[in-house]
Amino acid sequence: MSVDAIPHRIGTAPAEPAIHPLWVRITHWINALAVMVMIGSGWEIYNASPLFAFAFPPAITLGRWLAGALLLHFAAMWILVLNGLVYLILGIVTGRFRSKLFPIRAAAVLADTRAALTGRLSYDDLSVYNAVQRLFYSGVLVVGIVVVLSGVAIWKPVQFQELTALLGGYDTARYVHFFAMAAIVAFLVIHVIMALVVPKTMRAMIIGR
Amino acid sequence: MNRRHPAGVDPKLLIKDAVGLLPDPARRLFLRGGASLGALALLSGCDIVDSTSAERALIRISYFNDRVQGWLFNPNKLAPSYPESAVTRPFPFNAYYPEDDAPEVEKEDYKLEVGGMVENKKSWSLDELYALPQETQITRHICVEGWSAIGKWTGTPLREFLRRVGADTRAKYVWFRCADTYSTSIDMASALHPQTQITFRFAGDILPRKYGFPMKVRIPTKLGFKNPKHVMELAVTDKYLGGYWEDQGYNWFSGV
Repeated sequence: MSVDAIPHRIGTAPAEPAIHPLWVRITHWINALAVMVMIGSGWEIYNASPLFAFAFPPAITLGRWLAGALLLHFAAMWILVLNGLVYLILGIVTGRFRSKLFPIRAAAVLADTRAALTGRLSYDDLSVYNAVQRLFYSGVLVVGIVVVLSGVAIWKPVQFQELTALLGGYDTARYVHFFAMAAIVAFLVIHVIMALVVPKTMRAMIIGR
Repeated sequence: MNRRHPAGVDPKLLIKDAVGLLPDPARRLFLRGGASLGALALLSGCDIVDSTSAERALIRISYFNDRVQGWLFNPNKLAPSYPESAVTRPFPFNAYYPEDDAPEVEKEDYKLEVGGMVENKKSWSLDELYALPQETQITRHICVEGWSAIGKWTGTPLREFLRRVGADTRAKYVWFRCADTYSTSIDMASALHPQTQITFRFAGDILPRKYGFPMKVRIPTKLGFKNPKHVMELAVTDKYLGGYWEDQGYNWFSGV
């Protein structure tokens, strides 16, 4: 009997779809790494000519000085963009974006926000995103595209001057790049807090279930 | 962390103002330090990262980025021009030393030396240079630090000068040596760009000492540090000669 039971269990395991397929998990963690390097080195680059009356403490920036930070930023940029393209293409062609992130309804977002803040939001089924998750995940995708485009606009304001002009010119594009970074950092703070509050979401993003 | 920055010194100020005053070997170790090693450990997926090999890997990626930028560079794409009213006043002074330490070049003694792969290696006096046809541009100077300023520069297109000295424009680089300890080098495609200029005037006046008297090179398709001031010598060469900042880790192509 027990001999039968073991192959039976193994045999049925793949039939349960993973909460996150392997490509999502791989691209998620590569992206996490690239984003951390981009933000840390970006803060050091910011410090060379701050837009506001503050600088980032050197203890939390990467690259040691401007040249080191630029080397890191323009190396990690390739990982960010290539991995991001793989993620976007697979998200679209597999239908994952459509099925997981949509629809997003304002009433549901408000109701789920209220439920989350009062501790009444259910996290039982991780395979279905609640309305707040849908809004945040699709929102950070849009901000991710903005941060890359504004980055290209300030990297190549002559070669890609049409894009730079679209973003309000070189100086304005620097602010766009900064605020897009700030939005991503705000997302990350909430994202990491929620992963710690509901640790099984972290497990799902590592082993799939 | 204290290898480069003495206690109590704001590293940001060091970067902005006095990086050139630090001893060479210390400056080259730009990635030493806990935070950066952490980042490189993440980047490479290794727990123990030899900072020298990590630096080498990043420098290799920077060389790859030079090639990508050379490929993105459109020799016919002009940097945007601005109206006179957009000129930044006062235009910022920027160097690795304070303004008072800018080199003083005597007009009478000045001779622009021309070398390398050119037919005519005779040097040029300032009066000979001033007699060349001149153009004016109002373009944006973009610093590697991120700030930018709009200036008005007048001078001769470098490609016109290269034509007159019989430069071999199949060569890879044009290299510039300055009256201070500065030097830089650029790719031939950028040297031949219509807006790349050997500059004698700023905002209509003879180039003042702080902006590079008697001659600077204005390249609106490159970052500010690729625009050398107080240029004393120019050479056309196939040999990669880097430059003052490039040798310390700044990306060589640095196109915008």
